[in-house]
Amino acid sequence: MQTVVSQTSPPKKSILYDPKVRGVFYQVLLVAIVGYLFWIAATNAIENLQRAKIASGFGFLNNTAGFDISQTLIQFSAAGSDYGDAFVVGLLNTLIVSAIGIFFTTILGFLIGIARLSRNWMVAKVAMVYVETLRNIPLLVQLLFWYIAVLGPLPQPRNSIEMGAGFFLNSRGLFMARPVYTADAWAIPAALVIGLVGSFIYRRWAKAQQERTGRQSPVGLVTLGLVLGLPILTWIVLAIMGANPISFELPRKGTFNLTGGMQILPEFVALLLGLTTYTAAFIAEVVRAGILAVSKGQTEAAGSLGLKPGQTLRLVVIPQAMRVIIPPLTSQYLNLTKNSSLAVAIGYPDLVQVFMGTVLNQTGQAIEVVVITMGVYLTISLVTSALMNIYNRRVAIVER
Amino acid sequence: MSTTVDIPRFVRAKQVEALPPPNLARGPIAWVRENLFSGPFNTLLTLVVFYLLYVSVPPLVKFLFIDAVWSGTDRAACRADMGGSETGACWAFIREKLGYFTYGSYTVSERWRVDIFFALLAIGVGWLLWLKAPRRDLGAVYFFWLFPILSYILLTGGNSDFSGRFWIGFLIFGVLLIALFAFVAAILKTSLRPALIIAGGIVAVIGITLALMDIDFGLRHVPTSLWGGILVTLLVATVGIVFSLPFGILLALGRRSKLPIVRMASVIFIEFVRGVPLITVLIMANTMLPLFLPGDMTVDRLLRPLIGTALFASAYMAEVVRGGLQAMPKGQYEGAMSLGLNYPQMMILIILPQALRIVIPGIVNTFIGLFKDTSLVAIVGIFDVVKTIEASRIDPNWAAPTIGLTGYAFAALFYFIFCFGMSRYSLGVERRLAAGQKR
Repeated sequence: MQTVVSQTSPPKKSILYDPKVRGVFYQVLLVAIVGYLFWIAATNAIENLQRAKIASGFGFLNNTAGFDISQTLIQFSAAGSDYGDAFVVGLLNTLIVSAIGIFFTTILGFLIGIARLSRNWMVAKVAMVYVETLRNIPLLVQLLFWYIAVLGPLPQPRNSIEMGAGFFLNSRGLFMARPVYTADAWAIPAALVIGLVGSFIYRRWAKAQQERTGRQSPVGLVTLGLVLGLPILTWIVLAIMGANPISFELPRKGTFNLTGGMQILPEFVALLLGLTTYTAAFIAEVVRAGILAVSKGQTEAAGSLGLKPGQTLRLVVIPQAMRVIIPPLTSQYLNLTKNSSLAVAIGYPDLVQVFMGTVLNQTGQAIEVVVITMGVYLTISLVTSALMNIYNRRVAIVER
Repeated sequence: MSTTVDIPRFVRAKQVEALPPPNLARGPIAWVRENLFSGPFNTLLTLVVFYLLYVSVPPLVKFLFIDAVWSGTDRAACRADMGGSETGACWAFIREKLGYFTYGSYTVSERWRVDIFFALLAIGVGWLLWLKAPRRDLGAVYFFWLFPILSYILLTGGNSDFSGRFWIGFLIFGVLLIALFAFVAAILKTSLRPALIIAGGIVAVIGITLALMDIDFGLRHVPTSLWGGILVTLLVATVGIVFSLPFGILLALGRRSKLPIVRMASVIFIEFVRGVPLITVLIMANTMLPLFLPGDMTVDRLLRPLIGTALFASAYMAEVVRGGLQAMPKGQYEGAMSLGLNYPQMMILIILPQALRIVIPGIVNTFIGLFKDTSLVAIVGIFDVVKTIEASRIDPNWAAPTIGLTGYAFAALFYFIFCFGMSRYSLGVERRLAAGQKR
């Protein structure tokens, strides 16, 4: 009897063969190893820091900086500012070069991407050579090249090149007029906001009207007029009324240097050129892939509906291509922002150069500085990818 | 019904002679008309491009070739005030410094060892990349195990000189490991043989590796501070490749794992590394690695950025491999499981060979990125190609106005050849892999 029972019941398994038990075991092992490594690292770090007599904690951010930065968007001086201010200066410099770089690289990248698909053989080949060359040379080499190429031919400050309209060019950068705002200057941004709101309302009205009557309105022209024209008009009216909202402070030539005005560093120009041209090559490929991803049937269907080529492009191809283009485009923007850290190689005072370079060397507080700097880049990346996920969910093709 | 249309009553009696073929449908002129001047806008574009080429190409050719200085022994050849020419590239400078750009300050009499390293690297890369090469499994063993050991011995001189106590410790470790495997096998009531073979294999591989590092081959020791130039660039790239592929596969498997802690750990690592610039990782490795180790232990200056780039590349590699794993149809997993394979068998025998094959282009693209990124080690003071050029640029013996541009032109050419070659290879593989899907 007993033998029969043992045959019908499932064979007794060892607990070690249970996948759940094994899973728990592997995870406990992983936690133990990682935890042990962290513990070793932490104890060693504490011991090393004590031996080197390096303070820990974030108190150093309030210490006087004691060094100057060549480009500051906020008030900064060696004696009167602390490391926290230096951090803000570096961060702002990183953000401004990234923002301007993203603006220009988008234009250049789209142009080259479209040029690669041009039916004009010459244009397509030149665009291809551009992309292949720029993509296959490290950004660092390109930046160093631009730095020499930009800086090399420029004269000493005393022999500045005068370009008229208050523009001066010398080895310390491009000097130009600095706008000085008077009390009435608020009217211009106000006009811009009104223009934006107005164009938004007009767009909704135009869309409703098109759906009702089928007639199209010149949306682009009106938007341009409202957004650009209104502020300019405000400026002109104010100027005629004698209350000039913006005056310009021109740089003056001194014996050794130029004073006043606004200065654009050659490092900034080189970094901007390098980042823009390099990232544009990648964006061009993204754009090309996006346009090719729209099937030919879409264009033909639009044509058979009677849309003109321009309308086909605007209403059928581009909206569908954008769905493919936007995610990798965003990651290119992120790459540009991260690559702006190469500024350290040519001495543009970005976050890495100021904070991870000078501040780290002066204070020796490696852990805190590295954590803050990485945290900044990580925050930018994670926020962008979170926004990207929301966008993707909105534009994803809704399937049955 | 009669029609009012007047049909012309004309019948040609004799055949008309055939028209000559349109002389502008093919041939170069027709091609030019079709592709370059097919309309006013197109013509304008072509003319603009021609103008841009006219502005940019002749000066470039003039600078790089026609006006270039090809020979000379010091700055005099490339300075106008010393009788030379300074309107063209100073290739004499590159010729003079080529040894430095290739080996850095590596001891001159020992440079043949670096040459052998280059040759071994070329063999390994060729073996793995040539899809029809024989025994590519042996190639993998060579590239990921034998080649790193040989390179270590060749480049540093080997002869790590482990103490006797070290070997006794290793012996105890080996016996314990084999015992542990046997013990587990006994508990699980499985056969003892495979467990002993695996344990013995692990001990043997580690033992042979250590023994090779220990043996004195009579090579002179060359400290890493002397290494430089192309040697270091290729070394950083190779270490990145050798390390990042296995580690990236592990991370990708971890990210796809059903175990929550393993998955979370992989995701955190991958997203953290991908979210920060490489320079910050390198600076972190440079400044924080020594902090995390016991006070008397130092990390080699070259090893720090090596670890940094390897970890950095692994995260990117993991995402590429994950793409391949996700592209595998579910049936492959289910088929493997229904055959009774366990997880490692399923992955090694069924999934990974297919998944890795379809992501070869992605892997090569990651390598291109890694190769370009190796230039960043120059910023943390490692003498790679860029840094050796930077260092030679300020050599007073070669102080001339065109030196900087010449140096960077050389660097650009060097990186371009490697990266362009890799990208062509990846395109070729892509085309080959797509051949099966073509209808």
